[in-house]
Amino acid sequence: MAAEVLLEVKDLKVHFPTPDGVVKAVDGLTFSVSRGETFGIVGESGSGKSVTCLTALGLINRDQAQVSGEIVFMGRDLVKLSNEDLRPIRGKDLSMIFQDPFACLHPFYRVGDQIIEAIRCHDDMSKKQAQERTLELLSAVGIPKPRDRFRDYPHQYSGGMRQRAMIAMALVHNPSLLIADEPTTALDVTVQAQILDLIDRVKQEFNIGVILITHDLGVIADVAQHVMVMYAGRAMEIASRDEIFDKPLHPYTWGLLESIPTVDAQIEGLVPIEGAPPSLINMPRGCAFHPRCPHRFEPCDNERPALEDRGGGHPESCHLTANDKAAIWGKREAQRNKVAS
Amino acid sequence: MLQYVIRRILWATVMLVTVVALVFVIFFVLPGSAGKANESGYSPLAVKIAGKRPTEATIKAITKRLSLDRPVHEQFLSYIGNAAQGDLGYSYQTEEQVTQAVLRRLPPTLSLAFGASVLWLLMGCTVGVISALKRRTLLDRSSMVLALAGVSMPVFWLGLVMVFFFDSNLGIYDTGSYAALTSNPIRWLSVMWLPWLVLAILYAAVYARMVRSNMLEVSGEDYIRTARAKGLRERSVVRHKLRSALTPVVTMYGLDLGLLLGGAIITESIFNIPGIGSFTVTAILQQNLPVILGTTVIASFFIILSNLVVDIVYAMLDPRVTYS
Repeated sequence: MAAEVLLEVKDLKVHFPTPDGVVKAVDGLTFSVSRGETFGIVGESGSGKSVTCLTALGLINRDQAQVSGEIVFMGRDLVKLSNEDLRPIRGKDLSMIFQDPFACLHPFYRVGDQIIEAIRCHDDMSKKQAQERTLELLSAVGIPKPRDRFRDYPHQYSGGMRQRAMIAMALVHNPSLLIADEPTTALDVTVQAQILDLIDRVKQEFNIGVILITHDLGVIADVAQHVMVMYAGRAMEIASRDEIFDKPLHPYTWGLLESIPTVDAQIEGLVPIEGAPPSLINMPRGCAFHPRCPHRFEPCDNERPALEDRGGGHPESCHLTANDKAAIWGKREAQRNKVAS
Repeated sequence: MLQYVIRRILWATVMLVTVVALVFVIFFVLPGSAGKANESGYSPLAVKIAGKRPTEATIKAITKRLSLDRPVHEQFLSYIGNAAQGDLGYSYQTEEQVTQAVLRRLPPTLSLAFGASVLWLLMGCTVGVISALKRRTLLDRSSMVLALAGVSMPVFWLGLVMVFFFDSNLGIYDTGSYAALTSNPIRWLSVMWLPWLVLAILYAAVYARMVRSNMLEVSGEDYIRTARAKGLRERSVVRHKLRSALTPVVTMYGLDLGLLLGGAIITESIFNIPGIGSFTVTAILQQNLPVILGTTVIASFFIILSNLVVDIVYAMLDPRVTYS
């Protein structure tokens, strides 16, 4: 039984004209997210992960941005909707939580009141009912003594609690899709695990879809079912979590995986990917990654590789043939395992 | 919270005593004649205070009253003691109690300060908020140019120009015909509107620029993005912005008001308003030491009081404060 597709992004482009040139923050993105799955978007800072999701909610500067392509959510193209039409969807069917929960809550309003506000902007509930629902949710996300905590201000919460409160606030209307933009980056590791657990639990309990944006492959390995690797505003590959780690089909992903130090390896130094991400104003011709790719050849600096599924439900954008890829990755993996033993 | 308030009050009292001590040193000790006598055997300070035509009896009375033949610290203590009871000394030149004289001049200053402040708050905040919300439009740019003009105009220049224009030229304003609110409200209003305007223009310009800047800064904050992501209507989002942007305005307002209550010297002089400011000017020109000392103490009192009130009010508005 195929799960319901909640979000379908088709050839999304988000360009920002600036005095220095056009910043191509997102440059032709295609992917989809289904109900019941955690879709991970992984990439470096500036790869376009956040802009993609902010565009879905219409939270970018719509006067400045040039958006083309489609973002189809529950049958409607969000790109074409006006702000007034998007507002009833935000926080109701499609919710987003952000990276720094301290900065994301208004410092002058009580946490409980901010959640009540989230409830009552889409629902005509009485204040009393909204309060009850808020307490229910605070308890569900694991905040102790919700009746007391309800009246507290954000600065009186710890980092983990704030993020839990943000999650509660995002769930008040039972959205179908929850976007979590680096929800654990600003938290310490033990709290990270708790928050990821919470998001996973919520996903299963309410049968929603989750988009998890992160730069941390460890987080992806932990919770994601499908993964999209982004680079310079483009998708490098999209695959199931297992395939990304066992059979990655893009040199960028190879580089990412190799740069992760393993616990048992005796290494002299970390292995970064040589070079730096390109300027989004002056993108290299052809493949965005080719200047840094040790396996580049003829077509790479000329022809941009299309994101294609060459069989196996694993779209990727690289000119190398499947055989070449298998060979190269085989060698690199063997090398890595040798070092590890 | 209570602890915070009590702490603040205690500090304010210490401040006030320190300021009075400083003023005392400046006026009574620094001239160098404290505790000494000149050739005729009189304290030169007493001679000065006695006024234009000092008689021996007056000088002797002054010396005794202000304990000028006593050591300095005793003089100070007696002054503080009197001041705490509301006695700020006696003005020999004008033959009146300083406290009474100052209290008489307080209502016009209060009228001026409060009237102008209401006007500048309304003007400044409205212009600032609208400019920020309609950023980079013609409305925004032109009001900021006007604000720049307002900030650049010296009060004395603007005041004189206004008097010239409305009084001499148009004849619709009568400078110097102040009447108290309680005795003749119509006259009071017809006299006060122009000095209110003059004073308000400067402050409104400052506030407009500040409010606009605050609003723009707050607009970029993450919690505003969260508010939108929740699905709030734009007017609720604006409310969130105002809550953050206007809170510092409360602080500024309190401090500005405190300063004005000590006497808007220039405005009062130009418009002939019989307030504390013009009283101070007269006293300085006449070298009337007790009055100068008295008005300085009053002005300091208002500034310290307004600082205290502002601190407490801010703690009520910003929940993060008290808990530090």
